[in-house]
Formats: sequence, C-alpha cells, structure tokens
Amino acid sequence: MSVQAQPNPFAARTARARRRKIVGYVMEGVATAAAILAVVVLAIVIGSVAKRGLPAIDLDFFTQNAAPFGQSGGGIANAIVGTVILIAIATAMAVPAGLLLAIFNTEFAPPRVANAIRLTLNVLAGVPTIVIGVFIFSLVVVGRGQSAFAAAMGLAIVMLPLIARATEEVLLLVPSSLREGSLALGASRSRTVLTVILPTAVGGMVTATIVAAARAAGETAPLLFTAAATFKTSFSLSGFMNSLPVQIYNDVTSPTTAVVNRAWGAALALVSMILLLNLFARLVSRRSSIG
Amino acid sequence: MTVRNPTSDLDFHLAGTGRRRLGDRALLGAASFAVAGLVLLMVLLIYKVVDQARPAISEFGFSFLTGTTWNAVTNQFGALDLIWGTLATSLFALVIAVPVAIAIALFLTELAPRLLRTPIGMLVELLAAIPSVVLGLWGIVVMGPFLQAHVEPWMIAHLGFLPFFDGFPSAVGLLPACLILAVMVVPIVASITRELLSSVPSDLKAGSLALGSTRWEMVRRVMLPQITGGLAAGVMLGFARAIGEAIAVTQVIGGSLVRPENIYGPADTMAARLAAQYAGTATSLQKASLAYLAVILLVISLITNLVAQLIVRRMQRKLGAP
Repeated sequence: MSVQAQPNPFAARTARARRRKIVGYVMEGVATAAAILAVVVLAIVIGSVAKRGLPAIDLDFFTQNAAPFGQSGGGIANAIVGTVILIAIATAMAVPAGLLLAIFNTEFAPPRVANAIRLTLNVLAGVPTIVIGVFIFSLVVVGRGQSAFAAAMGLAIVMLPLIARATEEVLLLVPSSLREGSLALGASRSRTVLTVILPTAVGGMVTATIVAAARAAGETAPLLFTAAATFKTSFSLSGFMNSLPVQIYNDVTSPTTAVVNRAWGAALALVSMILLLNLFARLVSRRSSIG
Repeated sequence: MTVRNPTSDLDFHLAGTGRRRLGDRALLGAASFAVAGLVLLMVLLIYKVVDQARPAISEFGFSFLTGTTWNAVTNQFGALDLIWGTLATSLFALVIAVPVAIAIALFLTELAPRLLRTPIGMLVELLAAIPSVVLGLWGIVVMGPFLQAHVEPWMIAHLGFLPFFDGFPSAVGLLPACLILAVMVVPIVASITRELLSSVPSDLKAGSLALGSTRWEMVRRVMLPQITGGLAAGVMLGFARAIGEAIAVTQVIGGSLVRPENIYGPADTMAARLAAQYAGTATSLQKASLAYLAVILLVISLITNLVAQLIVRRMQRKLGAP
C-alpha cells in the first residue's frame, strides 16, 4: 500500500465496525457455548446414571430389600416404599397449610401483611435443608428417637414454602371478574373461594404440589438424622424408614463394588421418578386453563 | 371515624344470615391459624437450633469462629477451617457459575431461535431437579477420578505458578466440590437472570439497536446495567444455596480436618461436616458444636435471603410491577 496524505476516515471506521461486529459474534458464540455446556453436563450426568444404573436393575432389584451392612445383592424395595410413604405424609402436611397461607394472602391480608408473609416463606425456602434436619432432630427426635414421622415433617418444611408461593401465584391468576361475579351474585366470600376460585385454580395447584413433591423426593439432608436407615420394609410411622436418597448416600461410601452398583440402580430409580413427576406436572399445567 | 370494609358491610346488610358469616369466619380462622403456624415455625426453627447449640455456645463463645482445632478426644472445637472451606467452595463455585448462568440467560432471551427457547430452558431447569445425592454420587465415582487423571495434572502444569494451584492431583477435594456446587448454582442464577432480562423494556433495546449498536453492545451497555440490582440478588441466592449444600459436598470434598494446601486437596465445609458427623457424635459437646455450625449457617442464610428479597422488592417497585 502506498502512503496516503490523509488517512481515509472510512477505512478506520470500517475497521472499527468490523471489530465491533467480531466482538459481538464472539460474545454470542460464548453465550451459545454456555447453553450447550449446561445441556451437555445434564446429558453426561443422566447418561452416567443410566449407563451404570441399568445393569444393576432387574426384577429382584425392585422386589427385594437391600442386604444388610455392606453385603452385596438385594434390591431397593424398602427404599422405594419408604420414599413413597414419606412423600405422601409430607404432602398431606404441607398442602393444607400451603393452601391456607395462599388463601390468606390473596383473600384476606392487607398488602403489607401479605408482603411480610411472602418474605417469610422465601426466607424459609432459603434455609439450608441440613439445618432443617438439625431442627427436626432437636424438636422431635431428641427424647423420642428417630422416626419416619420426624423425617416426613422435615420434608414438609421443605415443601411448604414452594407450595404456598406457587399456589398464591395461581390464585392471583384467577380473573378478578370471576371473583367479582360470584360476590355480586350474593355468594359469601368463603363460598366464592371454595366453589369458584379453587376449582378454577386446581390445575395449577396440582402442578405446584407435584413439583414440590419431586423436589422433596430427592432431599437427603432432612432425613439423615431423622429417619435412620433400615434393611426392612417398614410401614410404621414411629419406626425407622429407609428411603432412596439415604440408601444412595449410605451405599456410595461402600468399598464393595456391588453395593456401589446398587447405589447407581437406586439413583436411576430416583432420577426417573423425579423426571416423571416433573413431566407429569408439566402435562397437568398444560391441560389446565390457569397456571 | 371508622372506615368499614364495604364487602363485609354488604354481607351484613344484604344477606347476613348466621351460617354465611360463619363460613367466612371459619375460612378466615383457618387461614389465620396457618399464618400463626408459619410464624411459630420460624421462631421455633431458630430457637430449637440455637438451643441445641447452647452447650457449645457457652463453652466456646465467639472464639468458636476463630478456633482451628476439631478434636472429639480433647473436646476442643473451632470452626475457622470449616468457615474458610465453606466460603472458598461457595465463592469459587460462584466465580464459575455466574458468568455461565448469565450467558445461558442471554442465549435464551436474545439469541436462541424461538423454537429452541422452551426446550433448552426446560433442560437447564432440569439440572436443578437432579437430587444432590445423585450429583454427589456422580461426582465421587465419575467426575473426581476424571479430574484426577486428566484435568488436575494439566492445571498443575499450566497454572502451577499461581500460589494455590500447585500440588498433587486428588480425586476428592476442593475442586470437585466447587464444580458440583457450580452445577447446582447455574440453574438458579440462570432462571433469575432470564426473568430479569426479559423484563427489560423493549423500547430501550430497540433504541439502542436503532442508534447502531451491535446486539452485544446493546446487551452490555443497556440490558446488563438495567438488571444489576436484580442480578446481585440472584447471585446472593445462589451463594445461599451453595453454602447450605451438605450432601453432595460431603461426598466429594474428602472431609479433611485441616485446611488444604492447594485447590486439589481434601477440605471440609460447615454443612458437609454436619452431614457427616451429626448422626454419630462421640461427645455431647461435639453434637452441640455441630449444632453451632448449623446456627452459623442459619444466620448467614437468613441474612443473605432477606437482603436478596429486599433488593428484588426494590427492583420490582422501580419497574412498576406489583
């Protein structure tokens, strides 16, 4: 290139424009790569669980209890039964309380009070689950011993803020014309809530409950010092109860390969259960008009 | 002058039969009962955890926070190394997770084709649905050995000149714990950031583009400055999640009693120590000391969450949302 008397201003400008464009493309590439990375990590984790869990699974795996302490073999029947029972009881405790809190917030509370309750629920949702385990230990287990009921209480505390907040959001989505129409027809407030608002919002409430149950099903920390593990199938709420997360947690540290394999099988069962619950929740929310 | 609620007034005059008002009162009563229960639960939660820690609090006081011994034989307990481990893992996890999470949120709000937004957004959220015990199992069996064999030797060779990065590869330790925590934090921060980004008014974005910005310049100069406050709140929520995670961390961190000399070595966090030792303690003072750790975690999480909520509320008021 020959020397120019005056540098072409457009040359500089196009160079800068090109640089700006390139920076833009690079950053967009980085953002895309990050999204791909997240999906890849998910695929790798689920892939390893499936790859290592599938060989451990056969019919006996679901129908037999785990062989005691470090012995290989046996299945996860009692862990599955335990998880289902614990979740059922925790749901039975958390849903009425969460529903009432949501009704209070949307129907009765002045804005300030409603805000304070929302804040409290969000803070409760942020309490580490291991601290909830210590709380339940201190409240229920000390003096009475570990029990399935104590563990279910811990899970219920995990579920409560999730259900209350999600239910409140669904109730707020109910068109106010419905509420006003009902009140204008002379229905009382309680009747409006029970026969107009709740039926309209039931789909979203079911979704919220399933999502919360799926979250609680994977929790280990509130169970560690409250339910203890056992090698028997147990239906008694006052006794020890095994569960999938605790079974996995205990099996991982075993030096025996077969026991670690059992952990992978249990992990596959747990992850499938949670993914199915989430999928089911999505289907319910798609079919309902609200939520 | 008393102002009466018009609705209840109407109820009273028009059709105030006893039964109706009874129904309303019963519903209000039940709902108020639930609120009282929530308040009681919060108070009890704090009281009972502190109560459990009382022997350790009266024995060690605040020197618990600066002590470095954890010895059940001599009954000496101090939390400094654990506090260090908790902060180190959580902060390093945030350093990895926050940029990735923001990038994912940008991809999902600005770049992804409409058809891909929902499914990819769903997959990122699914990452949060994987139970921590399963992530820990994967971390200890798959990721740890992989890091030890392939990643850590490379890091030692190329980053070893940095103070904390020289050492020996290890399958369990600080690094796997940070990475597992990062995997847990990413979906939280990403979903909050995504909501924030989609709340940026489109006329601001259009204005920036019309002035000749590239898409990245619009993001960098217009969108990100708009959401700084909310982003800070999201990062704090991610931090709260990371310090409280017990199960996955205790599986991969190695449960060391002393502070590690480098990022590869075994360490321990408050939550992980609680998960590992609370069920089988040697002395009652050890149990109380572990509960003291729970008190510290509780205090940090309460403060972090409260501040984050208040920031979010201020943001919402600014944006004019309810």
